[in-house]
Amino acid sequence: MKPRFLTGLLSLLMPAMVLAGEYDLTVDRVKIDTGDFVKEGIGYNGASPGPVMRFKEGENVKINVTNNLDEMTSIHWHGLILPFDQDGVPGISFPGIKPGETFTYEFPIQQAGTYWFHSHSGFQEPDGAYGAIVIEPEKREPFRYDREYVVQLTDKHPHSGDRIMRNLKMIPDYYNREQQTVGEFFSDASKNGLMNTIRDRMAWGDMRMMKADVEDLQGFTGLINGKGPEQNWTGLFEPGERIRLRFINSSAMTYFDIRITGLDMTVVQADGNNVQPVNVDEFRIGVAETYDVIVHPKDEQAYTIFAESMGRSGYARATLAPEEGMEAAVPQLRDPARLTMADMSGMPGMDHGNMAGMDHGDMDMNSSEGMSGMDHSNMEGMDHGSMAMGKGGQSDPFYAKGSGLVPTAANGGKFLSYADLKAQDPLYEDREPTREIELRLTGNMERYTWSINGVKYEDADPIRLKYGERVRFKFVNETMMTHPMHLHGMWSILDVGADQWNPIKHTVSVQPGTTVYMETEVDEPGQWAFHCHLSYHAAAGMFRKVIVEGGPESTQAKTDVIAKDGGEV
Amino acid sequence: MSCIRSIVAVSFLASIGVSTAVTAQEMISDTTARKQPLTTWGVQFEEFEYRYSDDDEELGVWNADAFYGTDDFKVRLLTTGEYEIEEQAYETLENQLVGQIPISKFFDAKAGVRFDTPEGPDRTYAVLGVAGLAPQWFEIDANLYVSKDGDTSAELDAEYELLFTNYWILAATLDASVAFSEDEEIGVGKGLVSTETGLRLSYDLIDRAFSPYVGVVHERKYGDSADLAEADGGGTEDWFAVIGARIAF
Repeated sequence: MKPRFLTGLLSLLMPAMVLAGEYDLTVDRVKIDTGDFVKEGIGYNGASPGPVMRFKEGENVKINVTNNLDEMTSIHWHGLILPFDQDGVPGISFPGIKPGETFTYEFPIQQAGTYWFHSHSGFQEPDGAYGAIVIEPEKREPFRYDREYVVQLTDKHPHSGDRIMRNLKMIPDYYNREQQTVGEFFSDASKNGLMNTIRDRMAWGDMRMMKADVEDLQGFTGLINGKGPEQNWTGLFEPGERIRLRFINSSAMTYFDIRITGLDMTVVQADGNNVQPVNVDEFRIGVAETYDVIVHPKDEQAYTIFAESMGRSGYARATLAPEEGMEAAVPQLRDPARLTMADMSGMPGMDHGNMAGMDHGDMDMNSSEGMSGMDHSNMEGMDHGSMAMGKGGQSDPFYAKGSGLVPTAANGGKFLSYADLKAQDPLYEDREPTREIELRLTGNMERYTWSINGVKYEDADPIRLKYGERVRFKFVNETMMTHPMHLHGMWSILDVGADQWNPIKHTVSVQPGTTVYMETEVDEPGQWAFHCHLSYHAAAGMFRKVIVEGGPESTQAKTDVIAKDGGEV
Repeated sequence: MSCIRSIVAVSFLASIGVSTAVTAQEMISDTTARKQPLTTWGVQFEEFEYRYSDDDEELGVWNADAFYGTDDFKVRLLTTGEYEIEEQAYETLENQLVGQIPISKFFDAKAGVRFDTPEGPDRTYAVLGVAGLAPQWFEIDANLYVSKDGDTSAELDAEYELLFTNYWILAATLDASVAFSEDEEIGVGKGLVSTETGLRLSYDLIDRAFSPYVGVVHERKYGDSADLAEADGGGTEDWFAVIGARIAF
């Protein structure tokens, strides 16, 4: 550690020697061709996705962003630790970048790993304004690989973001084409019995909730590095090489289950932070998350990277091959996921006994405690029916018990769970949180309103944190959808029960009917965005501003202490 | 303290110029569109169809609404009409302009005015209603009308959709109207006035924007209203074959 510290000290004494890089990005109108359709979109340096930005830990970067659009834009550096005025959220970090204007971002790179960047203005990100960031670490990495590829996913939709938002507001199931049909009623009836099926449909109908409500936005083409399934992005390798795949989910709305038939994957990094290696057959990547995996293909053959959407309405596909043009079989999509009553268990005020009257259900969404008034006795029977449908007793502590969303590996093998993620090298000392903040994730699918603690961003006060505290966030998902919660500027230490080895993330998925805890060392002054990363949920109000109070003087004091501590290692 | 953190700290010192800039940086307030209530709009034709009756009557019929507003307040224009093609006359023509606010998780309240300007006498009503989604997926729209002359009536619309597939949808509709006082001039007797029931099988051809359908519609008048219709030389019951499209944009 000492030499590195000295280097740091040197760089302090001689700022001219600090590694510095200057980069240019233009924000442009571009054409996006998915193979299924061609549409106008927004990109960087003339393409969507934008370039892979390669930085080095310890570097001071200067990024000139020129807005060639006729509307405001912005770039948010997703997962990067930086001064808040460089974070790129209009209205929180800075006013935004006007048409024709060049804005220069300047910040030190204080971390390594796989991240991404995207516009934080309107629906420019779903419209194509995103790219990857790869940061080379200062020290040697705890794993080996011979080559690496960024594998950046998105859910490209033929409709523009504005149109999608409007359609969802007008008809919330506008894009849902996996709803239960008459045919499914009869097949369920033959499987689970007619009365059970009727009771099941009545219970859901009473709640006015759909078991099929897994993916709000269907009809997309899954892209990998900008290529549709037919265009088949291909990464070349020599048999015997270790390949590091940097998976980034830049989707607006879609979770993907990723597998490479015939290859084990070793997960080595999550959200840019090294984790203790886990071998898996398949993993689920939430919107805005990143996972780095290492694969070791030994044979002279092609392998399909298959990314199936969580709701099974679409997929992305790419290939790893020894030479261009080789391809392997593309698997079939599995059956659409169906929610169970377990996924509804976070919903307050669910009273199945009372079906009378139009005012039933009313507005106590905002006030009542989670699970109060839930009549579980009525539901027992239903769950068994749904669980019998081939979930094979799989469980994952980050899903409600009996949830219909619990993922299983297509080959029956190991599916990554959050519970498997353990930090390789903890970033922070483990300590007791100074306080807990409860954030109930709330919403109403029929109105397409999304909120936190029942309050939309437009009506919400900021969340105030104090510099130097360690806050424990308690997410209680009272909706039937999965929400990838992203706190800007400071790390989210996901509580997987591993204490000091809890993984450090920037985006934390909260499954329906579950409570998830994360802790944050409040170590960055300023104000930050904190929101669900599903584009249309964030825009509908599941969004907060976080203000970190204090800092400046204490920043100095704390830095001194840390530097001293660091020097003694 | 971990190694990584110390590097961070050092680079913080190295970039001390940046960190003082941070402290000096003023925290702006959010005046972007994101902080404003989301305003949306939409137009939907639930019915836009040609009707052919069992006694050779031909009608052009629409039932549509357009809205503009936020989660908390919307302005909605509802329009419905039946145009008799041969006689080139509007059998019915109703336009409503209402304000709409949420009153429960699944229901909105509406208040506004309704103008009826068909062939024959016109009417103006005040409207008070609720609309929303009832348990078991019934779309409900219930309205109370008070005319300028003080005649009161009520109307209930209910719709249920059965999904044969995710594209082939059978929609069952029931409209019923009740009058609490007689308005002989427009053929309305006290009591149950009329019902219209329909079954329409549609196919979502372009998203949910354009869904052609075929179906049958049954119209019936009751009680005093039926008597008034008969006295006027009209029928009290009609069966229609319909062809049309559901439209949303």
